[in-house]
Amino acid sequence: MSDTATAPATGEPIIRIENVSKIFGGTVKAVDEVNLEVQRGEFFALLGPSGCGKTTLLRMLAGFEVPTHGQVIIDGHDMSTVAPNKRPINMVFQSYAVFPHMSVEQNVAYGLKMDRCPAKEIRERVAEALDLVKLGSLGKRMPDEMSGGQRQRVALARALVKRPSVLLLDEPLSALDAKLREAMQLELVRLQKTVGITFVIVTHDQSEALSMADRIAVMNAGTVQQVAAPTTLYEAPANRFVADFIGKINMIEGDAMKAGEGEVTVTAPGIGEVTLAGSETGKVALAVRPEKIFVADNEPADPNVIKVKGKVGEVAYFGSYSNVFFDIGLAQPLQADISNVTTDVEEITFTAGEEYWVYWRKADTLVLSG
Amino acid sequence: MENWKRSAQAFFAAFTPPTFWLVAFFIVPLSLIWLYSFSMKTGVTDITLNWNLHQYARALEPLYLGIFWKSILMAAATTAICLVVAFPVAIAIVFSKPTMRMWLLLLVILPFWTNLLIRTYALIAVLRTNGFINGGLGWLVEKGDWLLSLVGLGDNTIIGPFEPLSLLYNNTAVVFGLVYVSLPFMVLPLYAALDRLDRSYLEASLDLGAGHFRTFFSIVVPLALPGIASGIVITFIPAMGSYLTPDLLGGTDSQMIANVIADQFKQANNWPFGAALSFLLMYATFFALAVRAVLMRKEGRGDVK
Repeated sequence: MSDTATAPATGEPIIRIENVSKIFGGTVKAVDEVNLEVQRGEFFALLGPSGCGKTTLLRMLAGFEVPTHGQVIIDGHDMSTVAPNKRPINMVFQSYAVFPHMSVEQNVAYGLKMDRCPAKEIRERVAEALDLVKLGSLGKRMPDEMSGGQRQRVALARALVKRPSVLLLDEPLSALDAKLREAMQLELVRLQKTVGITFVIVTHDQSEALSMADRIAVMNAGTVQQVAAPTTLYEAPANRFVADFIGKINMIEGDAMKAGEGEVTVTAPGIGEVTLAGSETGKVALAVRPEKIFVADNEPADPNVIKVKGKVGEVAYFGSYSNVFFDIGLAQPLQADISNVTTDVEEITFTAGEEYWVYWRKADTLVLSG
Repeated sequence: MENWKRSAQAFFAAFTPPTFWLVAFFIVPLSLIWLYSFSMKTGVTDITLNWNLHQYARALEPLYLGIFWKSILMAAATTAICLVVAFPVAIAIVFSKPTMRMWLLLLVILPFWTNLLIRTYALIAVLRTNGFINGGLGWLVEKGDWLLSLVGLGDNTIIGPFEPLSLLYNNTAVVFGLVYVSLPFMVLPLYAALDRLDRSYLEASLDLGAGHFRTFFSIVVPLALPGIASGIVITFIPAMGSYLTPDLLGGTDSQMIANVIADQFKQANNWPFGAALSFLLMYATFFALAVRAVLMRKEGRGDVK
């Protein structure tokens, strides 16, 4: 389409989603009052469990669904009701949707033919796109002679050859086996940096989103829970849902009261009273990631830690670390990922029933509501 | 039944009756007709088998070849019209809501619940000189004329008087009747093919900039080709050999090959010649099936352009 992809980054976001809702059959709210901005040249991920509305949101960007309310603004134009074939956007489908009755070249050329490109330009751009996805020599193949990974590259080339402003990817890696998936993650990031096109990817796999995306929108039940960079999402989740959905986390229920500017005092069973940075009051959860927990034989003297006595329960050894569950007298055991920093087998072995002091820094403790 | 040799008795018990049925009521009569086609009529009821091709030679005379050719044209016209009409119907059914879909499919097969003869007589009632269509048109003309008479243009100065259209007893009526009878045979295979079609192909085509029209011809038609081929074959073959429809709806020049064959067995009482015509029709049918098989094999290899 246009050459907007190569335009220099400006402050104006390439996609603005404003108060968008999608209601199916009059009652089912698939997407509920979503506001989002995707910046030019960004690798953006929509992450959430199945049924959270992320695919519906993507399909509204592609034009296959029309928002019930709100606006989808792409490159400064309201595209809410524009047909898919009139949008500067292309999509890589979950099933790849590589046309089975056309060769690889014909598949990639299809979109350019629809734009009535001259034959010579089509040939050049198809060859270029196939080289980009490393399928340069397979242009004459039919799709049924190719592996799943190769077909996906065809789907990528077919979308990229049109030089869209935005490339949408719907669960692009879900049909690949684990090893290929990892390779393809790196490949997609490389590709995105090479072509400089904005990528919006939908995935339910958090590790996929964390490793690839510049920014991630975490969705649940049709609403956006948090939009942030991967590190922020993991280290400073906005609420319980995000904390729980991204990675593993321990949560201890408690009550919070305002203690000062940006500080709350949380009372929790087994821990007592502790004053932490935070603003949430009322019913909250004290949350800490398993790898931020330390274990000691003697009571730690540091006043800047939260400490409890715990009895070793289940232990799972993963080589570089051990996942140990400590019974701290609450309904939920506390899980800790203990890094195995020594080769002393004696020292890194945890036996069920042993008692330890389990502690973590106050600064690593999150006060979460919701 | 994973190894029939191990339970041979059960196998024979299950397979003997249908085999007997096929041999007694299909192979034997067909063989008799085949023998007739190489025979001569030597008396009112006497037929002598003399193994010559006399009947076939007569069947290939221009008169009968003309009727063959006409039958092919009528069946081809029927098939083409069915294809054009059935495609939108099949698409509409595939894209309707699942609850609705069942009812629509039921409507498609509903005509099968009524005897063909009765349905054909119903068509006669619709198409004849004072039938429903002519009656309806006549009424419209009459009322139109009355309206015009209000502004002084009555008494058939502008429209009418109405002359009934001759809708019956011609080739158009036969093709119309054949289309009516054959339509479900085209709709159902098209529906089956379109139903299997992954929607994301259509979405991908739209996404890549093709309109609905281009998507239909570049994606839907090629991918539905097996269904289209099946629909063409199972519409064309029965239409080609249809007897009742041309007999009841056709005029004197609307005879199709099946009518000629029936005449040979009945009025003309020339069974050998009728048999030869029958076998020529059957060979033509086999040829159509063979063409389809070749096309489908190509499809399977993915060579179709």
